[in-house]
Amino acid sequence: MATAVQKRGNGQVQSAAAEAATRQVFMPLADVFETDESFVVTAEMPGVAADAIEVEVEGDVLRLHGRTSFAVPDGYRLIHGEYADGDYERVLALPDSVDAERITAAFSNGLLRIELPKAESARTRRIPLRAES
Amino acid sequence: MLLSDFGRFGPAPLGFDPLAEMRRMQRDINRLFGDFAAPEPEALPALNVWAGDSTLVVTAELPGTAPEAVDVTVREDLLTIRGEAATSDAPEQARWHLRERRGGPFSRTIRLPFRVDPDKVRARFDNGVLGIELERPEQDKPKRIPVKSS
Repeated sequence: MATAVQKRGNGQVQSAAAEAATRQVFMPLADVFETDESFVVTAEMPGVAADAIEVEVEGDVLRLHGRTSFAVPDGYRLIHGEYADGDYERVLALPDSVDAERITAAFSNGLLRIELPKAESARTRRIPLRAES
Repeated sequence: MLLSDFGRFGPAPLGFDPLAEMRRMQRDINRLFGDFAAPEPEALPALNVWAGDSTLVVTAELPGTAPEAVDVTVREDLLTIRGEAATSDAPEQARWHLRERRGGPFSRTIRLPFRVDPDKVRARFDNGVLGIELERPEQDKPKRIPVKSS
């Protein structure tokens, strides 16, 4: 992984196609939880700017994509590497109870948060029990 | 929380840390196989260290973490990053479908390849990546001795 990072930093000019082929793509770590009203997806995309994120819904598929803007600092070399920089991509299946029109997404500090409200018909209703005497 | 590198093994020397190497491989494998692999037993946060002439750049992935929740300290050639990584904001009654993100308190100390000037440390947050710039003290910088031909 570290070698790939260094490869990108060697100052060679690559064609767009070659660059796309060598960019690493990672699956971002994600959480998905459900409340009575909605599903919430959070995905970690450190190193990605907000305008380089795409969230798409097609049918019952949610696709998350983030493109890093990482560049090796000029005159620096990697001497200790625990993570590699790359793009992020994840595809999640949506339950059909989601109201696709009202999906909202926010991005802050490298964390993408998507809220998927449930369709009115799919919401959990709590039925109060009437005590019978 | 995982034990920090410092607490358990002493500061990991740069360039020779088989454990970090193994963690990195484990992480890469996990990223490849996604949900099928075991949870990664690595130290948080993941760090990269870049070296320039008399400067270093240390970067750490801390997605979702507020800059105020991170504390960076330097002593001699030891850099410590500690803080609280962001955790989920799920309400208690939430039903979980996928839970991969980790959060909570962390502390990591690494040994740098040289002593750094504590007054010249700069840290900034950029889209969930912490970047720390460190510099060798002026008096420690290598001096080039011109070789004269006689």
